[in-house]
Amino acid sequence: MTSPPATSATSATEADGPVPAAPPGTPLIRAEKLRVEFRGRSGGKVRALRDVDLEILEGETLGLVGESGCGKSTLGRALLRVIEPASGTIDFLGLNITRLRGTRLRRTRADLQMVFQDPFGSLNPRRRIADIVAEPLLRARGVSKAEAGPIVAELLERVGLGAEAGPRRPHEFSGGQRQRIGIARALASSPKFVVADEAVSALDVSIQAQVLNLLSDMVRERGLTMLFISHDLGVVRHIADRVAVMYLGQIIEVASRDDFFSGPAHPYSEALLSSVPSLRPSGRRERRVLEGELPDPANPPAGCLFQTRCPFAEAQCRTRMPELRTVAPGRTVRCHLPLVTGPALPSRAQSRKADPA
Amino acid sequence: MVLEIRGLRVGFDVPSGRLPAVAGVDLTLRRGETLALVGESGSGKSALAMSLVGLNRDPRTHISGEVTFGGRNLAEASERELRSVRGKDIAVVFQDALAALNPLHRVGAQVTEMMRAHRRMPYGTAMDRAVELLGEVGIANPRASARALPHQLSGGMRQRVMIAMGLANDPAVLIADEPTTALDVTIQAQVLSVLRRASADHGTAVLLITHDLGVVAEVADRVAVMYAGRIVEQGSRDEVLFNPQHPYTIGLLGSVPPIDGPVADRLPAIPGSPLTGVDRPGGCAFAGRCAFAEDACTEQPELRHRHGEPGHLDACVLPDSVRRQARGAGPDPQPERPERPEQLEQLEQAAGTERDLVRNEKGRS
Repeated sequence: MTSPPATSATSATEADGPVPAAPPGTPLIRAEKLRVEFRGRSGGKVRALRDVDLEILEGETLGLVGESGCGKSTLGRALLRVIEPASGTIDFLGLNITRLRGTRLRRTRADLQMVFQDPFGSLNPRRRIADIVAEPLLRARGVSKAEAGPIVAELLERVGLGAEAGPRRPHEFSGGQRQRIGIARALASSPKFVVADEAVSALDVSIQAQVLNLLSDMVRERGLTMLFISHDLGVVRHIADRVAVMYLGQIIEVASRDDFFSGPAHPYSEALLSSVPSLRPSGRRERRVLEGELPDPANPPAGCLFQTRCPFAEAQCRTRMPELRTVAPGRTVRCHLPLVTGPALPSRAQSRKADPA
Repeated sequence: MVLEIRGLRVGFDVPSGRLPAVAGVDLTLRRGETLALVGESGSGKSALAMSLVGLNRDPRTHISGEVTFGGRNLAEASERELRSVRGKDIAVVFQDALAALNPLHRVGAQVTEMMRAHRRMPYGTAMDRAVELLGEVGIANPRASARALPHQLSGGMRQRVMIAMGLANDPAVLIADEPTTALDVTIQAQVLSVLRRASADHGTAVLLITHDLGVVAEVADRVAVMYAGRIVEQGSRDEVLFNPQHPYTIGLLGSVPPIDGPVADRLPAIPGSPLTGVDRPGGCAFAGRCAFAEDACTEQPELRHRHGEPGHLDACVLPDSVRRQARGAGPDPQPERPERPEQLEQLEQAAGTERDLVRNEKGRS
């Protein structure tokens, strides 16, 4: 957790121009104790994000996974300032953007873009493709329509639609093609950070592969940093450098892609991974079917939020909420009894032996 | 053999002409087996399934062919006859349980109604059986849950209620149309195991319609792959998934990023998009997207045994060497193609430019 030097933070806050580029390996965007609350059915507050700490490094693709309702989309939207957090801060390249307003916010937005899930609902059916793609350029970068023209044409070419798609309207395109339009729009203002929220989930597999390839090409070509939100672990494994797992509004594990898929540290991550049917001849793997369902976020259980479904839960899990702690280099987990442990911690096997109860 | 389909065709009248959603399908369903019908949006898999029990009958829908069930041809049966079969001998589980359940009736009563619609039965007896069924599909505390309204249950629970309704009359055939698509993987695993147990316990033949190859690997005994209204490959689960013969099946399997094994730099995507409009050029419908297509592909290929174990059928005329190449091809296979017949170019154009009528309609509804 290295925070950027105070001097650069203040100078960035004061500077009105474009945000300076950071060297690789430093956080591009960082959430600290980010909390989002919605009003629940019975009038009470439902906490959708429970003090989330998360760093996304410059140039990386972070995969964010979890079941529906765990807060993945809320986190993605909160980072882009689409949803106002109740508390906590969002740092973008050392600049605290949590409370930005007006022109400053609009300018920052040029660097923060989003690709949506629904290829039908996310494009205005009455507007021409060229205008849809040009929108963020005009709004956030203050480019004139004439200047935007060639940029848009080039983008449409790059996403595989061709500049001749410009004067047409969304209904003339299939789901996969619309998703390409959504990607072109997200890239129009040359953002530094893109949130792709289930960007390929609504597509058929053969089309999904095309769009995934396009997304990873774009990330590589433009040095983009991406938060890739998905419930599909295979897709996340394909595209992400690191993986973060959410459960009931909390981050419960963050690990590198290879570490995560070769052996998740949190029992929930393991259950999630083992629920995915395998397509290999080794075939029907030993499956741990997770019992029960996501608890009601308005009435979360005491102690560890996962204890109601955890096969390993013991006394301390029912009373004490585990912290998100580092168990190995680059690997954090929120569990009293992680499946992967660092040298300083007693392993699960040892703790079992010591305390058979 | 419980259900036999011969030469089934389903056409929809759309503004631009007649859409051949199902263009001649032969398929048999055996007792106790789970047959997965796999395909992408617009491939005709749902149109096929719905036409089996006449759920898509409409002045603008044209169904022909034979659907033999219990000595009758359901494709020509009267609505009255169909009503006596539907829900009793052949039950359907839909994808969207919230839309399929009546929001104003308690779920127990809805399961009960399913039974009482087909035989005389006191309400109390039916309710006891309904509670038993809800327990069988893994609903905790079934007696209390039977009194719940659909919106009070979670998605996974509602899908179980749908399965309980499907099983209520001990049907010979259960048609499950994307039963787990809207569910999270953890819940999907629960629902699939319920489905598998039900078919084992009751000897029910399950026709599982899905686009998810993982689900197929999980529960299917046999697999039929649909493309543009036709079956292009069919066989046992292991044969189709692990020894695929048709380039479309090979491409489809390759497009799924796996959760184990090496990570590919790029996914081997199938270029273009499926034929979904009213105009279908002759020949193999996949030829326009197939990296290996040649002259012979301009003729409509028959679905027959060509390779592998008996019972493994495919509709591809390409020789074994090409199939091996297709299976072994890395990302973006681009084999040398010396000369392309003109007809093939037309097919390719059709695949690339055609707009997706069916999907657009789906998106609007």
